[in-house]
Amino acid sequence: MNAPVSIVDYEAGNMLSICRAFRHFGIEPALAADPDSVAQAERLVLPGVGAFGACMAGLRSAKLDQSVVAFIATGRPFLGICVGMQMLFDESHEFGVHAGLGVMPGKVLPIPSVAEDGMPLKRPVIGWHGLEHTSQNWSNTLLESQPTDTEVYFVHSFSAHPERDEDVLAVYDKHGTKITAVVRHGEIYGFQFHPEKSGAAGLKIIRAFLDL
Amino acid sequence: METTPVRLGRNNLSVADLRLIARLDIKGPNLIKGIQLEGVRKIGDPNEFAVRYYEQGADEILYMDAVASLYERNLLFDIVGRTAENVFVPITVGGGIRTVEDARDMLRAGADKVAINSAATLLPQLISEVAERFGSQCMVLQIDAKDRGSGAWEVYRDGGREHTGLDVIEWAVRGQELGAGEILLTSIDKEGTRRGFDIDLTRSVSNAVSIPVIASGGMGRPEHLAAVVESGHADAVAMAFVLHYAKMTLNDIRADALARGLPVRQQT
Repeated sequence: MNAPVSIVDYEAGNMLSICRAFRHFGIEPALAADPDSVAQAERLVLPGVGAFGACMAGLRSAKLDQSVVAFIATGRPFLGICVGMQMLFDESHEFGVHAGLGVMPGKVLPIPSVAEDGMPLKRPVIGWHGLEHTSQNWSNTLLESQPTDTEVYFVHSFSAHPERDEDVLAVYDKHGTKITAVVRHGEIYGFQFHPEKSGAAGLKIIRAFLDL
Repeated sequence: METTPVRLGRNNLSVADLRLIARLDIKGPNLIKGIQLEGVRKIGDPNEFAVRYYEQGADEILYMDAVASLYERNLLFDIVGRTAENVFVPITVGGGIRTVEDARDMLRAGADKVAINSAATLLPQLISEVAERFGSQCMVLQIDAKDRGSGAWEVYRDGGREHTGLDVIEWAVRGQELGAGEILLTSIDKEGTRRGFDIDLTRSVSNAVSIPVIASGGMGRPEHLAAVVESGHADAVAMAFVLHYAKMTLNDIRADALARGLPVRQQT
């Protein structure tokens, strides 16, 4: 594998959009549709749109779930996007309880229908929100050179609740409710937002992943 | 007119809920503009305009195919594909999507979401099929609404030409139940007039559903945006006419919105 980044190619991924984002930087990503391609990747991106259960089923039927876990164990850079991030966790409660990859402890739960300040929330949450700091420093992470409140594009009805506070690198605010935006553990990153759909700000973050 | 105070999150970061969407109506290879869905004028290459609006900070791009014949379908795939190469914000495509396969082809061509109107009114289960296969976030229910008076609106199909007998509010609620992730609500009466949105229509629909509502039809002046958000409870706004003839640029509209304290994205 010569490509600096591979994208997991399975049924529930929006792989084409992510390919275009990398192509913008002159990189042609490899598509990893089988366990060997995943194992040989230098950096791996796991996309995912639609329902969690369907995405996990798609990954399993392509026999890629265990390969992805094995890749993550090597410590090479990994990025999960949207449901690709949610799948890192133990389970999701979207349309029943579905097991995730179990790489990071935590659950994926519905975004509440009412926010902290009493404002009703429309779901899915669709739109641009600024990334806020948590207790975790952004230095030496993929977000290092991003300005605070970088606005990026979200579309989701469920969000991750990591068990370890230190795994939450960024959140966004929805009328007082804090929603997990970026998770990180070592070289494992997860974005709830879509960097490939977040304009110039998103492209900068994609570039930063290539530099890891 | 009542005003809403600036909605600030913690850390004084603005809540950038409100999306400004550039709407482009397409006929064949051309960007067109019509008045109240009748009569069209060719304006230029859709992709060129889409890129311009992206560079001016459009939060999303919305392509509506006005004719949707088989031949023109291929032209549309080409336009969408080229736009997806250059524009890194979500792209919604509507017009003539009649089956799950049509939706699949459009998503493969580069669309992130599909907007469905006529076909859904004829076969409501299409909404569920698309939502189940591709996710609710892909399934935008497009509703073209005509004022019937007495606080009621009727759903129209086929580019505003054929009435359905469906009540807009009931249809919106049903659409959400069937799995739509968003509603694109166009006022047939207001479209192209640049005299403001149908505020009552927008508020009635927005209050009846818990999915986001995009208001479309009538944007002409900055005050219209404030009104449809603050009184109409719109979650997003789609603009066409006001942009295509450069009456105002998106930068102007966004700067004005920020000055009024509307929760729009600041960085573009």
